[in-house]
Amino acid sequence: MQKTKELEIMEEVLPQSYEKTVGKSPAKEFWKKFKKQKLALIAGVFIIFLIVISIIGPFIAPFDFAKADYKQTLQGPSWDHWAGTDAFGRDIFSRIIVGTKISLLVGFISVFAGAVIGTILGLISGFYGKWIDSIIMRFCDVLFAFPGILLEIGIIAILGPGLENVVVAVAIFTIPMFARIVRSNTLMLKSSLYVEATKSLGAKNFRIIWRHIFPGAISSIIVYFTMRLGTSILTAASLSFLGLGAQPPSPEWGAMLSAGRDYLGSAPHITIFPGMAIMLTVLAFNLFGDGLRDALDPKIKD
Amino acid sequence: MLQYLLRRLLGMIPILFIVTIIVFLFVHLIPGDAARLVAGPDANKETIELVRKDLGLDKPIHEQYFTFIGNLLKGDLGTSLKTHKPVFDELAGRFIPTFWLTFWSMLWACIVGILIGIVSAVKRNKWQDYTGMLIAVVGISIPSFWLGLLLMQLFSVKLGWLPTGGLEDWRGYILPSITLGTGVAAIIARFSRSSLMDVLKEDYIRTGRAKGFAENSLVKRHAIKNAMIPVITMTGLQFGFLLGGSVVTETVFSFPGLGRLLIDAIATRDYPIIQAEILLFSVEFILINLVVDLMYGFLNPQIRYS
Repeated sequence: MQKTKELEIMEEVLPQSYEKTVGKSPAKEFWKKFKKQKLALIAGVFIIFLIVISIIGPFIAPFDFAKADYKQTLQGPSWDHWAGTDAFGRDIFSRIIVGTKISLLVGFISVFAGAVIGTILGLISGFYGKWIDSIIMRFCDVLFAFPGILLEIGIIAILGPGLENVVVAVAIFTIPMFARIVRSNTLMLKSSLYVEATKSLGAKNFRIIWRHIFPGAISSIIVYFTMRLGTSILTAASLSFLGLGAQPPSPEWGAMLSAGRDYLGSAPHITIFPGMAIMLTVLAFNLFGDGLRDALDPKIKD
Repeated sequence: MLQYLLRRLLGMIPILFIVTIIVFLFVHLIPGDAARLVAGPDANKETIELVRKDLGLDKPIHEQYFTFIGNLLKGDLGTSLKTHKPVFDELAGRFIPTFWLTFWSMLWACIVGILIGIVSAVKRNKWQDYTGMLIAVVGISIPSFWLGLLLMQLFSVKLGWLPTGGLEDWRGYILPSITLGTGVAAIIARFSRSSLMDVLKEDYIRTGRAKGFAENSLVKRHAIKNAMIPVITMTGLQFGFLLGGSVVTETVFSFPGLGRLLIDAIATRDYPIIQAEILLFSVEFILINLVVDLMYGFLNPQIRYS
């Protein structure tokens, strides 16, 4: 009963242009805009390819990624070893394939955790306002007061080096960004007519937030999520490069690159290929995110 | 303007206060007993207690905080656990190289970034725009440590033109500055483009066009000035990126700056150094943001009076 009432009022308050889009699903609308972006499409296909690799990687890698072969150390790219071998004679190409999973998982888990917490904080902050808003926003200000990667480095200095701690650090770093974006979306939606209409019908706060405000913010969240994925993968690789994340002999790309630093003169391929893997992955997420933004939510700027 | 300045200065105090608390708590957040860590693995009970007293860890926590703040205001940041020299002296020698590194990186990043942004916005959807934005997105995605190693491989190892690391003369700044500035240049380019494109859509530009002004002078004399105001704020935020990025870049080039010191300190668990570094970087970042805000208020009177 209440639902139909809600619908009636919604139809009344929504502008006339709404009529034109009725019948076309939002997914179709989105696809129409998104498929025009060729680069983003290619990036999307590449991301799917990366996901597949991260699942089947260990089964298709031509060599055992962990097996040392001291007869074959520091060899350049060849037919046998496409990306050459490292100081222990391990096949770099196989290590990159197996390492895909690490980078994608670290990026995804950390951003997801940060996004969930940040979104909840942003919804609460924007919807309830007053003192709770002040507290949450000051908390964000403080996190933002630590420049760039330094917050993550500080957290790892406390927790100790390791990949799990990198995930925690990147997640904490991500919280305030989502909190701010979701808060501004919430503030905008809160004063919109359809939310006021639902409120006047006696809907509970939780219902308004969950059913009416959160869906309105979701396109911003998705866009930002994708864009943060690239940055987080890059940050995690940087931390591993600094020796604060994944430790050797892990085939994590940043750690591999770091191990190749001593052989820059004699075997530059040890650093070149893992670096290329990082760049292409991050580039794919950034291009995909740009495309999503243009199709879903042009309001968000760089 | 004075009122705005005062308001901004006052607004900074709570943030600074909380930052000092977090940095102070840092030593207490480390799992395990800080005194034991400082004393080393072979220390006996008496030594640990002595160290605890020495560090003031036996006093109530709020008293410790006030001692910490008092020492801070006197410029006393503690003693390095590794070299046993005052932390202040350790940082002082490292500050200048990092300052110049961030300065040169920011300078070239601003010039190149803004130029690419302007060209892309003016030549919207033409090849110049596509090239500029492709360069920018690659610049954002490229790992700085990889770029640094590639540059080193080419210019230092192969060609032998520039030093592979360290800082003997001005040439030691070139490769690190290029490495550090690339990401920022890319972000500034993207932002300048979208900002200028927004301004070019404004009514007053359309009026100018209708009145027959040449597009060139419209952009140069009327659009760019307004488009650059948000870019300034954006650039200020990027200083944080640079300060953080200096840690990675300095590690790649074995550059004798604050960032490299921080990573060394983490490796050797030199907590007073870590604590002082995080504090220094944050205060620097907060001050830069204040300067940027003031500049913004100066350029845009609307902000001052709101």
